[in-house]
Amino acid sequence: MSNARATDAPTRAPKSKPGSTRRLHLPQKMRNVELFLLIVACGINASAVVLVQLGALGHIDTTLVVLGAGLSGLVLCLHIVLRFVARDADPFILPIATLLNGIGIAMIYRIDIANGDAGWDSAAVRQTVWSGLAIACAITVMLVIRNHRVLFRYTYVSGFVAVVLLLLPLVPGLGREVSGARVWIGIGSFATFQPGEIAKIALAIFFAGYLVRNRDSLSMVGRRVLWMKFPRLRDLGPILVLWALSMSVIIFQRDLGTALLYFGLFLVMLYIATGRLSWVLLGMTLFIGGAIIASQTLDYVHGRFQNWLDALNPDVYNADGGSYQLVQGLFGLAKGGLLGTGLGQGRPEITPVPQSDYIIASLGEELGLAGLFAILALYLLFVARGIRIGFAGHDDFGKLLGVGLSFVVALQCFIVIGGVTRVIPLTGLTTPFLAAGGSSLVANWIIVALLLRLSDTIRNQPRLVV
Amino acid sequence: MNRELKRVSIVVMLMFVALLSSTTIIQVFQAESLSADSRNTRTLYDSYMVERGAILVAGTPIAQSVPTDDNYKYLRTYSKAALYAPVTGFLPVNGAATGLEHALNGELSGTSDSQFFDQMNSLVTGQVSKGASVEVTIDPVAQQAAWDALGNLTGAVIVTEPKTGRILAMVSKPSYDPNLLAVHDSEAVTGTYQSLVNDPGNPLINRSIDALNPPGSVFKLVVASAAIESGKFTPDSAFPNLATFTLPGSSSIVINSGGGTCGSGDTVTIATALRLSCNIPMAELGLQLGSTAIREMAEKYGFNTSYSVPLDVATSVYPTVLDDAQTALSAFGQYEVRATPLQMAMVSATIANGGVQMAPNLVEEIIAPNLSPLESFTPKTVKQVISAATAATMTQMMVNDVADGAASNARIDGVNVAGKTGTAENGTDEPYTLWFTGFAPAEDPKYAITVLVEDGGGLGQKGYGNLLAAPVAKQVLEAVLNK
Repeated sequence: MSNARATDAPTRAPKSKPGSTRRLHLPQKMRNVELFLLIVACGINASAVVLVQLGALGHIDTTLVVLGAGLSGLVLCLHIVLRFVARDADPFILPIATLLNGIGIAMIYRIDIANGDAGWDSAAVRQTVWSGLAIACAITVMLVIRNHRVLFRYTYVSGFVAVVLLLLPLVPGLGREVSGARVWIGIGSFATFQPGEIAKIALAIFFAGYLVRNRDSLSMVGRRVLWMKFPRLRDLGPILVLWALSMSVIIFQRDLGTALLYFGLFLVMLYIATGRLSWVLLGMTLFIGGAIIASQTLDYVHGRFQNWLDALNPDVYNADGGSYQLVQGLFGLAKGGLLGTGLGQGRPEITPVPQSDYIIASLGEELGLAGLFAILALYLLFVARGIRIGFAGHDDFGKLLGVGLSFVVALQCFIVIGGVTRVIPLTGLTTPFLAAGGSSLVANWIIVALLLRLSDTIRNQPRLVV
Repeated sequence: MNRELKRVSIVVMLMFVALLSSTTIIQVFQAESLSADSRNTRTLYDSYMVERGAILVAGTPIAQSVPTDDNYKYLRTYSKAALYAPVTGFLPVNGAATGLEHALNGELSGTSDSQFFDQMNSLVTGQVSKGASVEVTIDPVAQQAAWDALGNLTGAVIVTEPKTGRILAMVSKPSYDPNLLAVHDSEAVTGTYQSLVNDPGNPLINRSIDALNPPGSVFKLVVASAAIESGKFTPDSAFPNLATFTLPGSSSIVINSGGGTCGSGDTVTIATALRLSCNIPMAELGLQLGSTAIREMAEKYGFNTSYSVPLDVATSVYPTVLDDAQTALSAFGQYEVRATPLQMAMVSATIANGGVQMAPNLVEEIIAPNLSPLESFTPKTVKQVISAATAATMTQMMVNDVADGAASNARIDGVNVAGKTGTAENGTDEPYTLWFTGFAPAEDPKYAITVLVEDGGGLGQKGYGNLLAAPVAKQVLEAVLNK
């Protein structure tokens, strides 16, 4: 039985786990691997910033290097915290998040240089500060949540919080509309925040808790039609509520991507919990049906589809809200080719919003296909580590939560990168860790913390116990 | 639960495979077509990334790239812009280049095959590659003299060196300022370009090589060459001296310019017809020669052939199928005969060079960024068009034309100028096209010159070659001979 760490971690609630002698047998191998990888990641990040400066400025400017060093310090703090409170956590998650975050800052900084922004106008400086804040949040989560099962108790609270967060942008005076989507909140002209990003975590917790509680009724009972077992009408409640929620996000917040993200997350978690494809089929029918109706009735959805299907058509290209941005992104990617122009040497600033929605096109232009493959591989590895928690986990809540959180990252990547590269219609979502945006960073670093916590728990507790 | 997890993992994997595929398709397979898209400003900016080579006249740049801090990095600037516009052309940010900017784009931008190793070198060393500079054959004195002499007339002046084919002056009026078309504001460029296109004076046309006009009497040089080279005629071959000539198979009549016969006497020689620039004897000669013989000679001189210097020269025309009436008209450069000033300059230069035609050329040298010559001009013989004897005969007749004939306004004291004027009809009420073509000094030709004056020189049908074109030639020849 685990574990003896209570002795060297005095802040730990002693009741959480029974003691064991495990620590004596295992040196902190995981953490040493993590430290090594972190140093590599920070080294790459520093090089990226320096390369950007050499490429775009022609000389080295120390401001951002100092800020970056501070960030690296903070990441190391998180690492040290892990040494105390989650020493068996997955050693890859933190370095990957650090690397993606750092590359993102380097690219945002590169766009700043092109736009001539400096000081607090500089998105890169703000992104660095937000990163610091986000990592601080992650540290707090690590310190406060010592056992993920605590979250199980807050299932319905999480659900409520998610709905409130989603509704916040619709509150008059609080909500802000940015490029057509009403998904922001702000007070006065002060820093804006996208509560929907945090809501995805709350939703994942709620889904995990709810499904663990109710999956029997959702999976066992039902009527068989052909080879599939369909749920009873009365069990359709949750999926209909979620569907209605997604549709209202599409209609009232004009945000296709977020709706797809939430609904996709719910479907996957529902499928894993119940093991029934009929749910997925039902859900997809509902969502696609809703999306088709929306594309016929809502101009902005219709335009998105048009831009996707016929991007290079001059009429679509020149239309208001047409495919100009999408096509500029494609031009950027094409310019990058196989190996890219080199950091600081392309022209990503030609594409509108090259530092947020289109950061992947900016990276593709300067790092080429090779760079994008590396970035996609990092995401895939990150997601794989999360799904691994699902396979190795002992409790269903932890399994579901781990898979849900990592799947939401994967799905978000797919929606935004797929949108930029014309796999699916373009919808406004941030690229996890890379894109400029504080709320997204905070949310994704909290996901990092939760995944670290989950991975520590599964290694920590012998299978036999649960 | 793990079975479902496995399936979800596969879905995640497929999502990433889709992203890997889509990025590969865009960045590898579609990259070329996306780069070639006219809306792709990145490609456009790239063409400005290299420091484009200069275009030089006697070592002084008339077009060069100066650094700017905008997206294009370099701004193309032209000095003595209007004077050299026909030579340089211009390089717009949103359209096709013209002039040498177009013809030698590969060399100027450093992407020509001869600069391949430089490109490889700059790829390895990381140095920004640079385009080659182009030294043109233009003589600044001749160019300026031609510009000044043409004054406000609409037209062109071409001066060449008969022995080598070097183009020493290439002036076209009215001209334009290429600088206005090289600015980095594409809307401004479009506006300027449209107003130049709509300008009735057509300033964007390089009349020295692009304008096709009926050559009128200057074409008589070609017909006389054909006659004498055939051996069947001499300058003294005589024809009936008529005051009017009815075209065969037609009721139309031909008259000599000014009316009346060609001098006194019952017959008139070829020499006199050329000296006084009479139409009727030439029509008679043309009918005796036949259109095939005339066409053969015209094509030997360069008609019906396209060539570049390396600016593309419009193809001068001697029509392919002619009846007798048309043959008679074409014998004095009317009907559908068309010539560029450069083509007429080549006729004069060939006669001046003992019948040997040299390839006309505008480029003296292409100079690599490290100042080593990439390509140097060497005179190229096109062919022997007429025998040296015929050339000497032709020269003598042209000298007489200036000394004692219709081209008297080209006379220069102390220098024997050989020349021929032309006054071509463009239609019943249209203004005449006026010409002078010739060379000097006749005994050792250094300069061949052709002057084109369009639009009747502003005098409608009252202007004629000797009145307006010959004095221009005289002024230019004086300037270059006194150099």
